[in-house]
Parts: sequence; structure tokens; C-alpha cells
Amino acid sequence: MSTEQQRIDDAVAAAAAATTDAMNDSERYGVLYDHGLAWVNFPEGCGGLGVSTSLREYAAQQVAEAGLRTPPRGSNTIGFGMAAPTIVTYGTAEQKLILRDIYTLDTIFCQLFSEPGAGSDLAAVATRAVRNGDGFRVTGQKVWTSGAQNADMAILVARTDPSVPKHQGLSYFLLDMHAPGVEVRGLRQITGEAEFNEVFLTDVEVPEANLLGELGQGWKVANTTLNNERVAIGGGTPREGGMIGVVAGAWRANPEYRDPLLHDELVRLWVEVEVARMMGERLSQKLAAGQPGPEGSGAKLSFARNNHELTGLELQMTGVDGLRYDTYAMRRPSEYSMIGRIPGYRYLRAKGNSIEGGTSEIIRNIISERVLGLPGEHRVDKDVAFKDLPK
Amino acid sequence: MTDIDLLPREHEEDLRASVRRLFEAESSAEFVAGLYDDPTADTSKLDRAWAQELGLAALLVPEELGGAGASASEAAVVSEEIGRAVAPVRFLSSAVLATTLAVHLKAQSLLAGLTAGERFAAIAFPATAARIDSGIEIAVEGGSATVSGTVPGVIDGVGADDYLVVAGEGVDTVVVRVSAEHVQAEPFLGFDQSRQLADLSFTHAPAEVLGHGLDAAAAVRAAEILGRTVLAAEQAGLAQRAFDLTLEYVKGRRQFGRTIGSFQAVKHRLADLWLEVSQAGAAAIFAARTAAASEAGEELPDEAELCSLVAGSYASTAAVHAAEEAVQLHGGNGMTWEYPLHLYLKRAKADEQILGHSRRQRQQLAPLIDLPTA
Repeated sequence: MSTEQQRIDDAVAAAAAATTDAMNDSERYGVLYDHGLAWVNFPEGCGGLGVSTSLREYAAQQVAEAGLRTPPRGSNTIGFGMAAPTIVTYGTAEQKLILRDIYTLDTIFCQLFSEPGAGSDLAAVATRAVRNGDGFRVTGQKVWTSGAQNADMAILVARTDPSVPKHQGLSYFLLDMHAPGVEVRGLRQITGEAEFNEVFLTDVEVPEANLLGELGQGWKVANTTLNNERVAIGGGTPREGGMIGVVAGAWRANPEYRDPLLHDELVRLWVEVEVARMMGERLSQKLAAGQPGPEGSGAKLSFARNNHELTGLELQMTGVDGLRYDTYAMRRPSEYSMIGRIPGYRYLRAKGNSIEGGTSEIIRNIISERVLGLPGEHRVDKDVAFKDLPK
Repeated sequence: MTDIDLLPREHEEDLRASVRRLFEAESSAEFVAGLYDDPTADTSKLDRAWAQELGLAALLVPEELGGAGASASEAAVVSEEIGRAVAPVRFLSSAVLATTLAVHLKAQSLLAGLTAGERFAAIAFPATAARIDSGIEIAVEGGSATVSGTVPGVIDGVGADDYLVVAGEGVDTVVVRVSAEHVQAEPFLGFDQSRQLADLSFTHAPAEVLGHGLDAAAAVRAAEILGRTVLAAEQAGLAQRAFDLTLEYVKGRRQFGRTIGSFQAVKHRLADLWLEVSQAGAAAIFAARTAAASEAGEELPDEAELCSLVAGSYASTAAVHAAEEAVQLHGGNGMTWEYPLHLYLKRAKADEQILGHSRRQRQQLAPLIDLPTA
């Protein structure tokens, strides 16, 4: 056993000793955080032990074996997957205090990046953060924010200097979602429900202490977040994990679905998902101790395409049932799941898989430029001040 | 399903380097292209080089039978390099398919020549069949037998020293050996000349019975699994090489005042192809490591068969796609005899048919993953 594993074991033993039956969930998660077991690869004092990233799985096993309950990731997806890694990288000592509240689920995060005019071209955000005494005053419109209605804080990218080219004038903030001037409206999707929101920011006061990273460095900081997002979206599933399990399960359970003309397509997709899983497995072994790299983007590309094709096939193979929809009522689900509803919903929702977190077209740019070394796209806006760009 | 280690191992990379050196010296694109103009050209020097000098004929023979005791992992490395060079070698037919059959049947006298690389064997079955079955009659009388019939399109069917004939299935399976002097082999000009096919005729040919019954059926199954696995590695190696040549080409070729690799229409095609080729490579190594684990008794044969069909069905179409994209993205140059792309296209398209095309392989896979047809 390595010394790092020994440190994890010691921390688990200490956390188990410090946990009592009388504690509520927040207190229990706090004990894990205080013993460095929240994210073991984070530095000490930030919920970690400063050990290798490859030991995360080992630590999770030890914590589980000790019977210690951990917070469900899905309750604070943005907090765990995006805010925490960015704050631990760029945050001040004071800002890092919030890591504990993220882990204990006392502070739920959402993400305020995309705008109606800044989708794939994220650096084109127009939301302004104007100096105002000791802080900033933020005004603008954000879109595609999941969980905004339940969030306490947001990670925000806003423009602090429109007189320089677009990538240079951005800054990264932590924004209080309960502050005056924050208005959240559900954004209805093609499925009928509103899983996402539009967020309107009108003269929202943000203190100087909530600037994450340097002023004007927002693009660099945001890229840390986005790399983590892409890794969070693809890869790392067992055989028949995800949509293939749903569709193959339906085929097995319902002899009437077994149209011989669809059989080869189903097996072909089973193979597609399996080889994507094998590639993810190979990549994760290669990167066991490393940071997420651009190769990981490939997983998102195959995930999106396979989900498109699998949900389309499922609708087809279920015959008339495939044409029954459960409800188009405007609802606000707190967590989204592709499983548990009907094929029509899955088909419609899967269309988002090739758009959210970087469209498949942008992913192909990333692969061709950063993995294959092909030239970048021609950029007309690179050296022009943001305020002078045609809108 | 156990955890499979997918990282390259040092001795495998040494093996890869020595095989690559051999093919760079002895199996250049010009050499392979020459086989189309002179179909009777002698490739035996190249076969002796890998089989005897590099000792690769002994690769899959266990140490206790006088071999190198290596596994499907090492065979896959060799095969990737074969695909990369589209090398005209008897590795799949003799060192993998026939040798695996001989090892499992403990056919020691046959193995002695194969292991030394002094003799080569071929299994008489049509190259495109998904199952190893000669489809002809074997009349068994005691320990000897006679064989009669014709088998079209046998891989490396001309020039072998021994021919293995397989008939029947399950308890009725019979495997026999016929020496070359009793076989009439008619080679034909192949669509792909880098793997020579021949039509075989047997007329009351005397044969030695190597095995029968369920043991023989198990040996045939082992050869099928290993054959598909090693072929998938060849297809992955071919696909990677076709991709690499194309990536290099689009970075250098200029039209409209810019490299054609700067056009998004080209970039996106190559991004998709990179993913497909990378997935084929991952599936091939996964299948090879699983087959190795299965031969070592650490994994069930069913899992090795499943992985061989996943890798086989996927890599065969990926290799064809990579070769087709290579021809298209090389523009006019892709259609010339001078550029080597046609060698990859022909080998990939022929490989796609060998041991069953991808739909056939998926049909074989379906019961293993519990996706019944009806």
C-alpha cells in the first residue's frame, strides 16, 4: 500500500470516528470534507488530501466500505463538476471557504455562461459588469441555465471591458442568486417541460471579493470549467450503461418489438456503444493520473450520436406505442433523467445531447485543431474591440 | 468480465519496432504494388523472414510444445503492423488459424514444422465464410481418411505445405491434414493481391485425422476467435495508417491559397474518422487482451468470442471507411497507381469479407448479448 493510500485510510478511520448517528446530512458531509475526503486530489484545507487524482476511486471505495454517506452528485452537479474545480484552481483563501458548503449541499450552484447571442461563440457574451464603488454592477441576459430556480450561487462570465477584443475583456464571478435584480424564468423546450431557465440580471451588485481569478482573465478561468464539463458528460460507464441498456432491455422484454428488419441496427448500435466504452476505458487508463485532455471530447461526440440513433430506433421499434406521448405540460423537473419516461420524450430530449456542453460541430473543431493539429478557423473578430463588432 | 489492462507493454513495443523494421525493408508499397503486375512473384523470402528470422511462426505455440508461448496480445501487435504495411504474409492463415487449430488438437508432428517456420499450413475454407468449415466430404476409416471436393477462395491457398480440412459440427466435427502433393491449388488474380487466394480441389486425397468430436469443435472455435481478433488488429492497423497518411497529406496539400486541411469540410471529416479509427484500435486491443486472458483460463471463451465479434464487425467497416476517405481526401492523387492508397483500399475491402462481413458477425454476436431475432 502506498503512503497516499495509507493517508486516505487514516482519514477515513478518523472521519468514521467523528461521525455520530445524531448528525444530519449536512453535518455528516462536513465531517468528510474536514477530513479531506470530499475531493482527495484537492489540497488540504480545501476538502482534499493533496493526493493523486487516480486515487479518487480508491478513496470512494474506502469511504463506502466504512459506511459513510456521501452527497449525491446530482444534487449539486454544477457545484461539484464545475464550480469546485474552478474555485480550487483560481480562488482566494476566502473564496475557497465556499467549497465546504458546495460539498455539504448548503450552497447549490448554477452556471451563467450562455446568452442568446453567445452560444458556441461563448466569448461573445454581452452581459456587462461595470465597476461600481467597491464592486461591480451586472446587467444582461443568460440562457440555458439548469437548476437556476433552486440555486444559491452562480458561476458567471461577464464583460468588464468592451474596448478590447472579445476574449480579453471577460471576467469570471461568483454571483449570489438571491441578490436583488436576479430574475429566473423557465425556458420551455421541445419536450414540453422547462429543465432550463433564462436568467435576467438587472443592476445586480457583485462585491469585488466575488471576482474569481484576475480581472480580464475570465476566458482562461472559464476554460478550466468547460474542460471539466466535457469530461463530466462523456465516458466512464459499464457495459450497457446508459441509453443502450434502456433500448436493449425493451427489446428483450417485449417480443412484439422484435422486427427482424430492425435487429441488425440494434446490434450495430450495441457495438457502437461498446467500442466507445472501450475507447473511454483505454483513454482513462492512459490519463489515470493526468488532467482531462482534448481527446476526451471524442467521447461526447459518440455519446451524442449514439443517443440520437438509439432513441430514434426505440421510437421506431415500439410501434404505435412509440407515438404515444405522456405529457407536454410545462413542468419544472429538478433533475433530468432520460429513463423513466417514454420513447418520444427520450427522442426529443436526446436532440440536446449534440448541442449542450459544446455542439458536435464545435467538438469536431476541437478534435481537428487540438488533437490532429489542423489549422484553426479563420477569425474575423480576433483583433477587433468587442464594442466594434457587428451585432 | 474482468478488468482488462489496455496500456502498451514494453516487450510488445519492442516487438512492434522489429516487425515494422522488417516490413519497411522487405515489404515496401512498391513491392506490394508489384504483386498486381506480376501475380506469380515470389513472396517466400518475406515469409521466411518473419517466420524464421523473427521467430513469429512460434508466437502462438505454447512453450511446452516448443513455441514462444506468447498470446493474442503479441499476435495483435504483429497483425497491426501487417495492416499498416498491407504486407503479403501468411501470418493469419498459417501462424494464427492453422497453428491455433494444431495447438488445440496437439498435432505435434504438424506443429514441429510450423513452429520452426520451415513449413506453412492453410485451412481449406472459403475466405468469406463466417465459420471455419471446408464444406466438403471427409470419409474417415479408422485413423486415416480421404477427402474429396472443391473449396473456392482459400486464404494463402497456394504454396502451403500442409492443408487442414474441417467438416461437420459439434460431435460430428472432423479435422484432417492433407499434404500439398495431394491438393490441386489454382491461384487466381485477386481483387486484393496482398493476400493470395486459391481454389482447391481434393480427389480422394489421403488424409491424417488430427481430431474429431467436441474437442475438435472446441479447437475450431478457438481458431475462429483468435482469427477474428488478429484480423481486427490488422484492420485497425490499416485504418490508422490510412488515416495518418491522409492527415499528413491534407496538412501539406494547398488549394485556393491554403492547406486543404484548413477547410472545415475536411477538418470535420477527419475528426469523425479519427474517432472511428481510435475506437477500432481500442476495440482491437480489448479483444486481443480478452482472448489472451481466455486462453490463460482467466476469462470465459464466451467473453473472448463476444469481444472478437465486437472488434471484428467494427474494425472491418472502420478500415474500409478509412481507406475510402483516404482516397477521396487525396483527390486525383488518390486514384493514381503511384500513390499507395489503392493498396489500402483493396486490402480493407477484401478484409471486410474475410471470416464473415460485419452484418454476419453481428448476427453471430446477437445471441451472446441476449438480443434475440425473434
